[in-house]
Amino acid sequence: MSRLSDDNVKLSREIIARYPRPKSALVPLLHLAQEQDGYVTREAMVHIGELIGVTSAEVYGTASFYEMFRFEPVGKYLINICGTMSCALMGAHELMHRAEEKLGVKAGGTTSDGLITLAHAECQAACTEAPCLQVNYRYRYRVTPEQVEQLIDDLRAGRLAEEIPSHGTLARVRQSVSAERFVGAVSPDVEAAQPSWLAGKAAL
Amino acid sequence: MTTFPHAPGFVAGERPQIVTERFQYEDSYTLERYRATGGYEGLRKALQQPSSAVHEEVKSATILGRGGAGFPAGTKWGLTPQGVWPRYLVVNGDESEPGTYKDRLLMERDPHQLIEGCLIACYAAGLSQCFLYIRGEMALAQERVAAALNEAYAAGLVGRNVMGSSFSVDVVLHWGAGAYVVGEETALIESLEGNRGMPRLKPPYFPAAIGLYGKPTIVNNVETLSNLPWLMRNGSAAYTAIGTKTSPGTRMVAVSGHVKRPGVYEIVNGTTTFRDLLYGEEFCKGIRNGNALKAFVPGGGSAPWFTADQLDLPFEASQVGPAGSMLGSGAVMVMDETTDIPAAALTLTNFYAHESCGKCTPCREGGTWLQRILTRVVNGDGTTEDLAQLVEVGSMICPGNFPHASSERLGLAAVPFPYKMTTICFVGPSAYAPVHSALTLFPEEFAARVKHRRTIPVTAVGAPA
Ligand SMILES: Cc1cc2nc3c(=O)[nH]c(=O)nc-3n(C[C@H](O)[C@H](O)[C@H](O)COP(=O)(O)O)c2cc1C
Ligand code: SF4
Repeated sequence: MSRLSDDNVKLSREIIARYPRPKSALVPLLHLAQEQDGYVTREAMVHIGELIGVTSAEVYGTASFYEMFRFEPVGKYLINICGTMSCALMGAHELMHRAEEKLGVKAGGTTSDGLITLAHAECQAACTEAPCLQVNYRYRYRVTPEQVEQLIDDLRAGRLAEEIPSHGTLARVRQSVSAERFVGAVSPDVEAAQPSWLAGKAAL
Repeated sequence: MTTFPHAPGFVAGERPQIVTERFQYEDSYTLERYRATGGYEGLRKALQQPSSAVHEEVKSATILGRGGAGFPAGTKWGLTPQGVWPRYLVVNGDESEPGTYKDRLLMERDPHQLIEGCLIACYAAGLSQCFLYIRGEMALAQERVAAALNEAYAAGLVGRNVMGSSFSVDVVLHWGAGAYVVGEETALIESLEGNRGMPRLKPPYFPAAIGLYGKPTIVNNVETLSNLPWLMRNGSAAYTAIGTKTSPGTRMVAVSGHVKRPGVYEIVNGTTTFRDLLYGEEFCKGIRNGNALKAFVPGGGSAPWFTADQLDLPFEASQVGPAGSMLGSGAVMVMDETTDIPAAALTLTNFYAHESCGKCTPCREGGTWLQRILTRVVNGDGTTEDLAQLVEVGSMICPGNFPHASSERLGLAAVPFPYKMTTICFVGPSAYAPVHSALTLFPEEFAARVKHRRTIPVTAVGAPA
């Protein structure tokens, strides 16, 4: 239930500066909010709207289009089991059954201790490694039902805490560019000349 | 034939390698390894020539777009309107077409190759800023590309005065948040503008004319751009010496499903056949357990299906199209004789129905209808009328003859690709493609499903008092 922290506001300003128009930073800032709180809060959406100069309704309008944004708390770990063709052909349904049984929740549900949310997912671009799943968007390949059980045990025992950050955190390495090296966002609103390197001479 | 634990799924072989050369190294994603293996030499060569010469080099190599549509990259770059600047480059790393697995490997294993490719494209086509859009669910790819960009910026390879030259360009890392349709190039642009990722109405057909913020924009796939460093290092003659005249070079193909060795293979374009790929010793080694092949999807979930009758077709668009399908995104999904065909088709229809952005009625409503009716049929609750209804709904998304493969067994002649469509993008037709293929090539499986109904319809009428 919070607005973005001071650190995240600073980061937001850096991100916004990379785009020709502030609204382009909307999805990246939503990720930042989700990283901060585990899901996207109303307050964060209002705050993001202020930062990029759009209404909070517009922020929600965009946010609600995308599958990854959650507007209610989810488990610390989100297990996404792929069920699209290649995974289905290789036994994805069996994985889902086993996970549901072991967790005692149906796909879409969260365990009562708030640790794990189980969800159906669509193709995860790992089709040759089917069946596959992701925990907070970290992959597990060629998974057997036994491995699903082991995975859940490991998550419960905190054995994967290092490898897998809490839900909301995607890349742990961010792009960061020093001011001297950055050319600067190229605005579409300023009539620009032909780039100098097109003038016909080699650039180097 | 080698596999590497650090590159899950990738299988190397005794074949020409253009984009996967470095996958053998565990540390292939570092600047150090990249430089030690010819990295950024292509860019240096490019910068030592006028940009128009680089553009010509790319044109003469005929690099067909690897994102699905197969449009030559050099030609696309030439479609921008004269004298309008700024122009942008948007890199399509949204890979989510069912069956497709290659762009993610390229981003995780060789991010510098992609960055170098972006720079070469910007230099050649006069693009002022580059946005590298990675699918939201790919945390590792995002980390690897971010780290590589940070290294490259610090080393003076990106940003102000690249390699000390007069060429300056930024590459901004951006990632999505889960939506298949955002892979469609105009939806990708909408998403990058901070909007709901819905495809734009056509025309204009190409964002090269009107794209990001209404400015000329080149959208290219990750694999397409990853070809550029090798091309600039070795020249277009070396590039076109691989593959065929109309499909030069190589392409990455993911083969998944019921084969003995599913994997991602960099194959020679145009000459490798589906039989080589599915049965060859250096590729998938045949169908699992020595089973018979029932059907395969040749080009990602959107593509009409093939059966054993089409095994001898090469990976060449000019031959696959007339045979009733498309090569799409380099994804082959294989079904053996044990496959329940209606159920397999349903997994794909579920996908496209779920991913519809809702802008066009035939896709939004039709996809859902197809999904519901097919679910009923698969569950054993369908009727003969349901099968007719599937075709009826399909014909509202794609009027006229829908493409399909020939079948010797059924005495069917092929209907060539493409189809007509009533929707803005291909998501609508893609929901129908698996249904149509399954119904056309395996009618007996559907007939059996509706004949042996699982349940007897019960009318819930209150008992008389
Ligand atoms: C529904 C839909 C999804 C698409 N998804 C992708 C994708 O994930 N990645 C991609 O590169 N191209 C995708 N494409 C194709 C792009 O629209 C575009 O043609 C491509 O990115 C252009 O790059 P290329 O010319 O280098 O292939 C998709 C197209 C459609 C209609
Ligand atoms: S075909 Fe479907 S996904 Fe594509 S624009 Fe129309 S409604 Fe959206």
